[in-house]
Amino acid sequence: MSTKVVDRAPLTFYERTYLPAILGGIKVTSKHLFNTLVKGKAVTMEYPEQKWVVPAGYRGAPYLVKDQDGATKCVSCQLCEFVCPPKAIKITPPGPEGQPADRANAEKMPREFEINMLRCIFCGFCQEVCPEEAIFLQKDYSLTGQSREEMIYNKEKLLKLGGTHAGIQKWKHKLEEAKEQETFPVPTP
Amino acid sequence: MPALTDLLFYGFAGLALLFGFLCVANPLSRNPVTSAMFLVLTICSLAGLFVLLNAFFLAAVQVLVYAGAVMVLFLFVIMLLDLKEEERRKLNKVALGAGTVAVAVIAGILIRAVTSAKPAADKLVEGTTKPLGRILFTEYLLPFEILSLLLLVAMVGVILLSKKELK
Amino acid sequence: MDSIKYLDPTTQFVLFSILKVMLVFAVAMTGVAYSVLVERKVSAWIQDRPGPNRVAPFFVEFIPVIGPWLTRLGIFQPMADGLKSFLKEDFTPSYVRKVYFWLAPAIACVPSLMTLAVIPFGSTLGNAANKMVIADLNVGILYSFGIVSLGVYGIVLAGYAANSKYPFLGGIRSSAQMISYEIAMGMSVVAVFLLVGDLNLSSVVDYQRGGLHQWLIWKQPLAFVIFMIAAFAETNRLPFDLPESETELVGGYHTEYSSMKFALFFMGEYAAMIAASGMMVTLFLGGWSSPFGSEPAGTILGGLVHIGWFLAKVAALMVVFIWTRWMLPRFRYDQLMDLGWRRFIPLALANILVTALIVAFTHK
Repeated sequence: MSTKVVDRAPLTFYERTYLPAILGGIKVTSKHLFNTLVKGKAVTMEYPEQKWVVPAGYRGAPYLVKDQDGATKCVSCQLCEFVCPPKAIKITPPGPEGQPADRANAEKMPREFEINMLRCIFCGFCQEVCPEEAIFLQKDYSLTGQSREEMIYNKEKLLKLGGTHAGIQKWKHKLEEAKEQETFPVPTP
Repeated sequence: MPALTDLLFYGFAGLALLFGFLCVANPLSRNPVTSAMFLVLTICSLAGLFVLLNAFFLAAVQVLVYAGAVMVLFLFVIMLLDLKEEERRKLNKVALGAGTVAVAVIAGILIRAVTSAKPAADKLVEGTTKPLGRILFTEYLLPFEILSLLLLVAMVGVILLSKKELK
Repeated sequence: MDSIKYLDPTTQFVLFSILKVMLVFAVAMTGVAYSVLVERKVSAWIQDRPGPNRVAPFFVEFIPVIGPWLTRLGIFQPMADGLKSFLKEDFTPSYVRKVYFWLAPAIACVPSLMTLAVIPFGSTLGNAANKMVIADLNVGILYSFGIVSLGVYGIVLAGYAANSKYPFLGGIRSSAQMISYEIAMGMSVVAVFLLVGDLNLSSVVDYQRGGLHQWLIWKQPLAFVIFMIAAFAETNRLPFDLPESETELVGGYHTEYSSMKFALFFMGEYAAMIAASGMMVTLFLGGWSSPFGSEPAGTILGGLVHIGWFLAKVAALMVVFIWTRWMLPRFRYDQLMDLGWRRFIPLALANILVTALIVAFTHK
């Protein structure tokens, strides 16, 4: 344990009058005042009007998507409901006599699909697990409501917010990833 | 309007007596801070009396020095002391006796002074700074200088007490 | 208007006095509200922020151009702030000393407003008898010092009443700070009155009426500096806001206060700033007179112009008060005491001596 004594030069008379401190203060404050007022360089982002540009891969709120024909992609397999860590998703399947799917090569679609956005943790497991590429985490982060009921989004709302996602081919990417795994360890160039 | 002045006089005098009583013997609270605050009010009522006597300078100085500075120091000291014991303290018989004697003596002097006083002159001197200063530096120069010397002695004494290394 | 002329002079005087009191109170309270806004705006600009720029009553958005512009300036913010402090829950903690807890905010707020009574805020309005000062006392400055010295009770009692550590420390600090700087402040003013030869604030303004070159700030620069810095300490403004010091004492003496009681402390502080600015304007910056020299106004318009000059000077000093807050960091307690007792009091005494010598040799 060695102590280093820092040499502090005694203040000169000029410094002891507080004048350099005051002048420095005037300089700094007027610079910032000028920058904000005249140059308009305020750093504040005025939120509702200006919004963050979210980066690619940002995990926002999960919404249901439609295919290129406007049909529901979800087939009510309930995998997402099962995997959802905070149990935010609640799917009501159509049942034996329920409404059939609104697209050709699917058996069924959910009668009701609810996501409680107050519970959702935006983890993306539902997107990961979905075999039909029907649910995606989108870039929406500002979800507000005035009651708890309002924050439970139903199928209609989720489909409307989700929009159409036609060109995404999730399984193709998965296949490529799997192939890459086969050539493990990766040969070093 | 002489009636208004009289009314104000009795008002301020009554308030001064009431607050003075509450300062020393408040039946509701033995809290020293409360006593100090009532003393402040007493001083302010006295300042009101000075204003009625046209002694504006005295009134202002009364508030400025006593209410504004001395009593704040009192409060400062009261707050730094441990007050719980003080609040519980019972009346001390010796102190009570000594106090009664002191009050009797002061009351005697007061009664004598009041009974022997002549009625005030009709025209009161305006107690502003200029006439007051003139009187202080001519007629009462010696008492004034002696007082200032006394204050100086007190000041030097305080400095001597607070500077331990001077011994 | 004509019926006023038939009243006897006493009634007229009382009526005009009541009118002046109400006017000054209204202007001061508006000033308090808007100096809070200026404080928030200037602080924001210095910190690269836009400041309050949202609040507006619903109809403002229909006014073209000016409406949004006023909203961006935050003109309607003080109304929202005031409304908020009235509507918030008024919480009294269980452990406080109730009587003092309720009294302290009022005691803190009233003295700063009372000081305004002796400040001449204009020359005359209409005829020469209507002097634009509520109470034209011939011991004006002593009165204001007496009242200012009572202002400390609000803070000390608030600290005592809260019955908790941080407010108590704030109260203790404030009592010592106020007394110390009152002395320096009073002594700095003595030199001014040596030159003027009268304690009446109206005659101080009369002395400086000739224009910019007559202002006492040129003759008494040292007194002005000491008075100004002492005013910062008396009003608990940075760099001397030790009784409050948010960073050490979590707000100091008003830590335990909420809603309107807290707002009273706030109003008291800003009213004290306005009073101190008014006092500085009167003593050193020519009061209501314009920089080009002016006579007491003969017309109502001229009187209003003088009031305008006074308000403009006060507003400028308020900006200085606010700006300084971001210029300097808070003083340490020992530095504060050192500055007050060992620098300012000797300097002020020397200033009195020099001024007295000059007056003695140049008089007559």
